[in-house]
Amino acid sequence: KPLTRLTKLVGASRHSTSLGKVWLSVLFIFRVMVLVVAAESVWGDEQSDFTCNTLQPGCENVCYDQFFPVSHIRLWCLQLVFVSTPTLLVATYVAYRNHSDKKRLLSKGQEEDLETLKRRRLPIAGALWWTYACSLVFRLLFEGGFMYALYVVYDGFQMPRLVQCDQWPCPNLVDCFISRPTEKTIFTVFMATTSSICMVLNMAELVYLVAKAVNR
Amino acid sequence: MNWGSFYAVISGVNRHSTGIGRVWLSVIFIFRILVLVVAAESVWGDEKSGFICNTQQPGCNSVCYDQFFPISHIRLWALQLILVSTPALLVAMHVAHRRHIDKKILKRTGRSSPKELERIKNQKFQITGALWWTYMISIIFRIAFEVAFLYIFYLLYPGFKMVRLVKCDSYPCPNTVDCFVSRPTEKTIFTVFMLAVSGLCVLLNLAEVVYLIGRACKRGFQGSEEESKGAWISQRWSTYKLNEINQLIADQSLKSKFTVTKKSPTEKSERCSAF
Repeated sequence: KPLTRLTKLVGASRHSTSLGKVWLSVLFIFRVMVLVVAAESVWGDEQSDFTCNTLQPGCENVCYDQFFPVSHIRLWCLQLVFVSTPTLLVATYVAYRNHSDKKRLLSKGQEEDLETLKRRRLPIAGALWWTYACSLVFRLLFEGGFMYALYVVYDGFQMPRLVQCDQWPCPNLVDCFISRPTEKTIFTVFMATTSSICMVLNMAELVYLVAKAVNR
Repeated sequence: MNWGSFYAVISGVNRHSTGIGRVWLSVIFIFRILVLVVAAESVWGDEKSGFICNTQQPGCNSVCYDQFFPISHIRLWALQLILVSTPALLVAMHVAHRRHIDKKILKRTGRSSPKELERIKNQKFQITGALWWTYMISIIFRIAFEVAFLYIFYLLYPGFKMVRLVKCDSYPCPNTVDCFVSRPTEKTIFTVFMLAVSGLCVLLNLAEVVYLIGRACKRGFQGSEEESKGAWISQRWSTYKLNEINQLIADQSLKSKFTVTKKSPTEKSERCSAF
């Protein structure tokens, strides 16, 4: 089940701080569920129900392509994928550390510590601290980047009911009508809000990490 | 919509709920999620394609649909279910936190064998102290979300009856046109059903609040000292210290039996480093 695996990947890492573990996984579950709820139903008929006030063949295709270069759903899916990827950095590093520690312990002949090694929780210091901080920074960049991209491509978060289009082969200026604009606006605002909350939490976690390091 | 894994996440909390909490969970799953998935989604499936206006003007259908249905019933109910079930995650987090403390205590006393850790993982916690407050807060949030969504529903669609015909005159519809909603009676039936079950859930949650408060008062009258967290921790500590002493005595007697048959460490490492 890729969905549960993805959820575990983002927030439930054993090596995050408790703040990250708890709140980010809840929010991630939230975002993924809402995306899955909205995706098929609300955006499902985005192209088939995009009607222009003309009988000219091809005009609807061309106008749809002009006003929707990338669909919201695809942007949000990509955003969720990219945001969960930096956690792989931390997981990879921890696996590498465990591997090298295991080799070291085996050469010394202390096998009974292998079990504790597998189950231990590494303290966030040194190289692990840097890896974790980098992953947080990347997460922030990806979240902010995708939100900004959405804002720029669609001129804000509101979906208009009517767009006017004059690409060839549309004759003169035609009115084109978007399907379910209000519902789409509601979900866009919702996803933008949860995205900003996640950014704020990431920033708080980064500040907490830095403060911990400074204290040491 | 993967409600199966969603239910798996929520039902993990089941073990730590009261009896009423489990009833609530079953009501949620059987009467709301199942009905939503099996029946309601097909009824609302053609809500847009079946919405027809008495005009050939392109775009009039879209615009009138958008005016009368800003957000579909199905999305509202799905969001309501997600939001109402999220506070249960709070309880799950609290239980995990308590388990973490238990593990820490175990490690401090030096007995972190896998068997002990398993026992902690499957331990059922009493709803006392801080867990009581977390549970209470989660129920209050549940009630708040349910009522909020019922109110939003009332604002958007006053009355539960779905009309057959709406009259629309937004641009670009010429003058006022008649628009017809698809399957209005079936939608009314399902709307009434979902609202009734929603009200039932609010009642169940209120009953659970009263039950929890009653239980806490009863415990307060009996004067149990397990309420304070400090007393709880020191009690566990003393239990583990006692167990540790017993284990040490047992280990000593076992050690004297097995010193003869112990393998040398170098042999084992040679074998293991072969791969």
